[in-house]
Amino acid sequence: MTEIIAKGTWVEISNIVLKAGERAPQVPVDTQHVPLELRARGFLTGPTVAGQQVEIETVAGRRLAGILVKVNPAYTHGFGPPVPQLTGIGNEVRAILRERGDYK
Amino acid sequence: MAERDDIMKSSVGLDYSRYATGSLAFDYERLLADTGYDIDSTHRIQSQTAVGNTPVIELHNVTKLIRVAAKPGKGARVFVKDEAVNPSGSFKDRRASLSVFEAAKRGYEGVAAATSGNFGAAVASQAAKSGLRCIVVQEAFDSKGIAQPEIEEKTRACEACGAEVIRLSVGPELFYVFLCILKETGFFNASLYTPYAIVGIETLGYELALQIKQLTGRFPDAVITTHAGGGNVTGTARGLRYAGAVDTRMIAASVDLGGLHMASDHDFNRKSFTTGHTGFSLPFTTWPDRTDVPRNAARPLRYIDRFVTVTQGEVFYATQVLAELEGLQRGPAGNTSLAAAFAIARELDEDRIVVVQETEYTGAGKHPLAQLDLAKRMGIEIKRGHPRENRPGRAIVIPEQPAQLEAVDVDLDHVRRSYLRRTLESLPADVPLSDNDVVFLAAETRIETGNARQLVEEIRGKT
Repeated sequence: MTEIIAKGTWVEISNIVLKAGERAPQVPVDTQHVPLELRARGFLTGPTVAGQQVEIETVAGRRLAGILVKVNPAYTHGFGPPVPQLTGIGNEVRAILRERGDYK
Repeated sequence: MAERDDIMKSSVGLDYSRYATGSLAFDYERLLADTGYDIDSTHRIQSQTAVGNTPVIELHNVTKLIRVAAKPGKGARVFVKDEAVNPSGSFKDRRASLSVFEAAKRGYEGVAAATSGNFGAAVASQAAKSGLRCIVVQEAFDSKGIAQPEIEEKTRACEACGAEVIRLSVGPELFYVFLCILKETGFFNASLYTPYAIVGIETLGYELALQIKQLTGRFPDAVITTHAGGGNVTGTARGLRYAGAVDTRMIAASVDLGGLHMASDHDFNRKSFTTGHTGFSLPFTTWPDRTDVPRNAARPLRYIDRFVTVTQGEVFYATQVLAELEGLQRGPAGNTSLAAAFAIARELDEDRIVVVQETEYTGAGKHPLAQLDLAKRMGIEIKRGHPRENRPGRAIVIPEQPAQLEAVDVDLDHVRRSYLRRTLESLPADVPLSDNDVVFLAAETRIETGNARQLVEEIRGKT
């Protein structure tokens, strides 16, 4: 069953601005071999289903077209686990200062 | 190119050709003066949106730690200007404030900025307050769709303030997309490099000089500035001069990203830093006009007394020390100058004063843990050791002790020659240089006019 995504839903679209091989001449070889992709977010201007070419209205009021890739896109960045190479530093520097009577 | 110039003219409302005084030369001071803003009026405008007037904090424990590794009598007092308390969390609010104020005054419907860093959030924040629409264009993810976590946080921060964020994969064609947006919308180009964006920083240097004088009875001996595009160095140095701190040394510090290519899709998520690094600072210092405006108002070589680099690992170490000894969670990129301060303060007498000129907010994505976790995922080795073993893109080496932090000098004479070579290359060989041009090049590089003339002849003779 294909779920209808309602008009007005906050979504993310994708567009290929430049295909691989069409990149600016000054970019390095690895970048030449991949496309320039654009992602934008906005409100759907009409109902649709996943993976379709859609139109959105951005918060700045622009209308953009592209392939719908995410519905209500999440912010997934975080801190991640503590890094052992950093966790010991606090005790080390406090010990240096304490040794000299410079820190409680 | 002609269309590009037209778009630029209408999107910043400035006819840069009016300032030309030679084949290469232009009237830099008049370009800045014509903004019509001085320290007082800038301060008044910035105060309306709670920008500026940030505290200066003495880092007593960091100073003590530096003195442990210093020779007797050495180890300057280290202060920091806590720019993180600005509305969007960095000094970039100062740069955005005049641009957005000017855009509103001139009746633009919105502002647009090409930036992946703190500046985007600053423009979005200022635009929200002014009721202008805002579009921020970012280089945000690699071809595998992996976002740089710090930029992802900036996406969130911009969207939180009501901005449209256009996220692109890696590549300098971003500026083509940006130009198309300017053309389509007619929005004001809140470029980091317009005169407004530079004059807006002058209050930072001015406040800093007066605050240090009030706290210690003297102007700072050295101000260390995290150096990327050159605006921070330029605006701060100008502000210091306005305050009368003419003997204060301006030290620019960048994270060494030697070996990594800034337009490489592969290297994008292996940098661990999104700004304050040599990938920006070296090209921008030697070729300031490589920007999205015809004449860059950030001209760092005019102001830098010393230029140093530090390693990625040293900045992460300094960031951890700042949190654990001073209770200040800040950075990481803004702490580039703090890492350099460890080495610079160590060499100076105890009664000297070193100021780390900015902090920036920290948070999800914008944090050493997020960067190091991504680095591990990219196959980069993370280890403790001597900072000299740090290899950008391959190994991030966290120092084992504070005495290992080092500020590596960049040869400024070499940078000056690169600047001259680059600038002269932009001019056809048969176009003569006027006296104005030579005087301009001398001012740009802080070389005596006679020496500049000699260098110019030497370089032009070779081509």
